[in-house]
Amino acid sequence: MEYITPKTEAVGFILCCDCSAQIQPNPTNRCIACIRAKNDITEDIPKQGTLYFCRGCERYLEPPTTWVTAALESKELLRLCLKKIKGLNKVRLIDAGFAWTEPHSMRIKVKLCVQKEIQAGAVLQQDFIVEFVVAHQMCEDCHRVEAKDYWRSVVQVRQKTDHKRTFYYLEQLILKHKAHEKTLGIKPASDGLDFYFTNEQNARQLLDFFQAVVPCRWSQSKKLISHDVHSNTYNYKFTFSVEIVPICKDSIVCLPAKLAHQLGGIGQVCVVQRITNHIMLIDPSTAQLADISSTVFWRSPFNVLCTSKKLSEFIVIETAEAGVKYFKGQGPISQKHQVAEVWVQRASELGTDNTIFCRTHLGYVLSPGDTVLGFDMRMSNVNDENLEKMNPDNIPDVVLVKKVYADKATRNRRRRWRLKHLGLDDDTSSQNKDYTDFLEDLEEDQQYRANINIYHDENKTQASDYESEAEEIPKVGIEEMLQDLNVKDSADADKEKSPE
Amino acid sequence: MAVRCQYEGSDSIGVFTKLTNAYCLVGIGSCANYYSIYEDQLSEVIPVIHASIGGCRIVGSMVSGNRNGLLVPHTTTDTELQHLRDHLPHKVKIQRIEERLSALGNVIACNDYVALVHPDIDKETEEIIHDVLQVEVFRHTIANNVLVGSYAVISNQGGLIHPNTPMQELDELSILLQVPLVAGTVNRGSNGLAAGLVVNDWAAFCGMDTTATELNVIESIFKITDAPQSAISTTMRNALIDSLG
Repeated sequence: MEYITPKTEAVGFILCCDCSAQIQPNPTNRCIACIRAKNDITEDIPKQGTLYFCRGCERYLEPPTTWVTAALESKELLRLCLKKIKGLNKVRLIDAGFAWTEPHSMRIKVKLCVQKEIQAGAVLQQDFIVEFVVAHQMCEDCHRVEAKDYWRSVVQVRQKTDHKRTFYYLEQLILKHKAHEKTLGIKPASDGLDFYFTNEQNARQLLDFFQAVVPCRWSQSKKLISHDVHSNTYNYKFTFSVEIVPICKDSIVCLPAKLAHQLGGIGQVCVVQRITNHIMLIDPSTAQLADISSTVFWRSPFNVLCTSKKLSEFIVIETAEAGVKYFKGQGPISQKHQVAEVWVQRASELGTDNTIFCRTHLGYVLSPGDTVLGFDMRMSNVNDENLEKMNPDNIPDVVLVKKVYADKATRNRRRRWRLKHLGLDDDTSSQNKDYTDFLEDLEEDQQYRANINIYHDENKTQASDYESEAEEIPKVGIEEMLQDLNVKDSADADKEKSPE
Repeated sequence: MAVRCQYEGSDSIGVFTKLTNAYCLVGIGSCANYYSIYEDQLSEVIPVIHASIGGCRIVGSMVSGNRNGLLVPHTTTDTELQHLRDHLPHKVKIQRIEERLSALGNVIACNDYVALVHPDIDKETEEIIHDVLQVEVFRHTIANNVLVGSYAVISNQGGLIHPNTPMQELDELSILLQVPLVAGTVNRGSNGLAAGLVVNDWAAFCGMDTTATELNVIESIFKITDAPQSAISTTMRNALIDSLG
């Protein structure tokens, strides 16, 4: 058997029922012209529309409240236009595109091709153009910028101390972790910084960041700006107040007796060795270590006896290794430090025979003749609750904090690295003592600088190469430095060449 | 001249009406206007009978007939049959038939000489059609539709059939029926010809929606023209041309 393909038979002609034109029969039995004249499938679709455009940020309004960036003749703009055209759900959209218009004409023409079934079996396809007029409307964000009222939440970071070293450190941490990317602006305030944000969420992110890197506590408040009683929505400005513990590196503290006991029987008078997200203390008479988290600190707060700014200079006369008594249940003992018994003399009283005896954890670095910074407990008038309760016999005469390596000018000159900054109006020159102290802290403490990015300073490299380095000054190794990306454009390059 | 009319607001007048050269059946209803149109056009020549079939007024779809006879389906009651017998002319034979396809108007298209029938109709029914209507019977389809009665309207003068009918089929049918045929529409492009159009040898009625073009086609194929006009255009024409020449 063979399969016979059915022949398509020639269909006869009929007359169009409206205009008597001879046509092939179709479901409507009318000619195309009559169908077109009678049916307009685009009649429910408006042929004009309005697009709202913000000149400030060059975005289009996507109703009800979103603003989107869209280039002319882009997919995004087409999507926006199609969304604006009503009645497209009643027809089948076959094709859509832009008809070219002059960009300055503020007209956007969208060419559409739609299909619709006008009768059982009869589908009509039609092309048409919808014209959009671009109207200007300032978006809410731009409006608020214009009104200088653009922040919604602020994070206020404060530390009640007499220097800014903590904030220099914080700045470096922020830069390293790019925590400042979503801020609208950063403003220095007395004792701290203010970070401004467009919404509460970004502020909370920064808040979480601070809690991770520095010991602090925070509180929140909000201020009602406006509210809508009909939709029950409220518009607040949020303020987060972050208080960093008022204790800094190289400060001397006196712990409450109970806390000292809890920390493994550490001595009450301690030196703050380092501040990370914990407070790290060392007892100078035993080299015992203690970590205090911010929660522990705020549960039993203690005061600073002396900050690093008020330390005075002493000269080491004689050193000797000291015997330390250890006991069961004691906290961790530092292996990097050695307890020594030293005789020191005030730098101002040098030449007299007025020497003072003390124990210090700096046994490895001190030798007779060295200059050391310390705090003279006998000569100062300290108002501290915990210190008053201590047995006067246990209070040391002098607490040594750190060795002085060379004068500031030499160290500044030898420094071959630099840091990046957030661009606050702040003096970071070599004359700023707080800042240079911070740089010296970084040089002296490897663990401290591990958390931040240090950049190689090319300008200083050659200047200090030939200098003798007989003196042992702590420095940052070249392997720890980063090479900064340095792109010079041709104009800058010409300027540099011209003086030659 | 073909007449446009509506049966109770419906353009499907063929459903409610059966018109032959010997009688006219109209579905019983409440549209006096419709009846008066028919009576005005026909009652001088043939009877216009108000009828129902099995209690329904869709007589046009249910019955089939011509000058010689009338076939009614088995749903017809005795009373209705008696009513039809009383009013039909005496020479018209009436026969009730037991056929599964009871909408006889939809399955049979006939004039006074030939009939097209549904391909699945009973053999007995075919014989009855032959005997009662005195026609030659052909089983056929129109444009692949089996309901020949719905998609073809035939008189002794010509016939109108489904618009999708191929040329070849049109020619075949034309030879079969021995009348000129044309593909066309009624009621502004509708394919249901029997529903929109009732016709005999001298009168035609169609749905109100029928356009002038459709009317023109109907009049020309069924040769429905007013007598004086036709006299001028046929018999007198030659004389006129002769005298002018």
